[in-house]
Amino acid sequence: MNLFELFSIFIGVALVNNFIFCQFLGLCPYIGVTERTSSAMGMGMAVIFVMTLSSIITWAIYEWVLVPYGITYLYIIAFILVIAAFVQLVEMFLQKSVPALYRALGIYLPLITTNCAVLGVATLNKQQLFGTPGSLIKCIVQGFGGGIGFTLAMLIMAGIRERLDFAEVPQSLRGIPIALITAGLTAIGFLGFAGLSF
Amino acid sequence: MVHADSEKTGHWKEFTKGIFTLNPIFVIVLGLCPALAVSVSISNALGMGAAATFVLLGSNIVIAALMRFLDRIFPPDLVAQVQKIRIPIYIVIIASFVTIVDLIMHGFAPALYARLGIYVPLIVVNCIILGRAEAFAATSGVIAAILDALGMGLGFTLALLLLSAVREIIGAGKCYGYLVFGAGYQPVLIMTLAPGALLTCGLFMGLFRHMKAKRGKHEPV
Repeated sequence: MNLFELFSIFIGVALVNNFIFCQFLGLCPYIGVTERTSSAMGMGMAVIFVMTLSSIITWAIYEWVLVPYGITYLYIIAFILVIAAFVQLVEMFLQKSVPALYRALGIYLPLITTNCAVLGVATLNKQQLFGTPGSLIKCIVQGFGGGIGFTLAMLIMAGIRERLDFAEVPQSLRGIPIALITAGLTAIGFLGFAGLSF
Repeated sequence: MVHADSEKTGHWKEFTKGIFTLNPIFVIVLGLCPALAVSVSISNALGMGAAATFVLLGSNIVIAALMRFLDRIFPPDLVAQVQKIRIPIYIVIIASFVTIVDLIMHGFAPALYARLGIYVPLIVVNCIILGRAEAFAATSGVIAAILDALGMGLGFTLALLLLSAVREIIGAGKCYGYLVFGAGYQPVLIMTLAPGALLTCGLFMGLFRHMKAKRGKHEPV
């Protein structure tokens, strides 16, 4: 494992295989909270935070609990419970000790439990990285990069949607349909990153 | 007699509402992520539709039965206590069924399993399943929950079929693996890539809304 490998994981998950535009993970918050740039930013920060930490936690659960006891087939149940409990814990901790951050993240934290990008990154880590040398560091990079890519997509979309409010969109396409079509056009742009494979 | 009749139409309604008026993908917009990701080909769509319907059916039955059972054996104040931790309970039940599907598919349909990839474990966080558990199964009888699950599952599968048919026919020139336009057809590759999914889904959603607006506003949204 070297620095270059980590860098290629980061670019791969943040741009080339962007969670929203290429893998369709986390579309619900993408559609739901991209009406204003500020809320998109809040959600993005919460996702970066939870994704990075949950990558570490699911790694620990998998390597230290599931593998030694030979129950790796229970990983789906274990991961979702750990993520749900972890999000709850983070919420309680922030509320008590960092109230400013808690107010900034606000309602976005509980929503993350059902964000498929978070479980998605844990599953991707399990399928691609677990068992390779230095897997913990790679998982952290993949989680962080995924969060960055997610935030990037959210911000791009929020910026476009704020302007879409003033556009004359046909009645039946207003709201979610036009948001999806816009996302499709943006995704064509993101296809260009496919050439960045190392 | 009148009562039985209305109950029958009630049951029929539980079944059919998922297909058009409350279609999970195009109308209530839940479960978009797997729908867009696996709708590359019709066979993928059928596999994902069947898997999600199975999980939805199992979790709806177990959750409805469990909640009715708790109502019966526990005093109301204890049931209210259990209600507070209902979401974790639902998630464990759903995750168990997803594990069953994951193992069965891995064992009996390895090719399909490889193509669906991470989207099989991700059925756990498919919003349709948790959404139906919370909005329907928790407060209704087992029979109604079964019909609701079948209708919603069918609606989800049909939406997937619609998306995947358009994408496969235009993007690969094939329909369920068979060439439709002949060998000279130049496939529109973009339709099988990620942008095609988003565009197709957005246009279909607009079409559904347009049809609904034309039919009049007496249908509940």
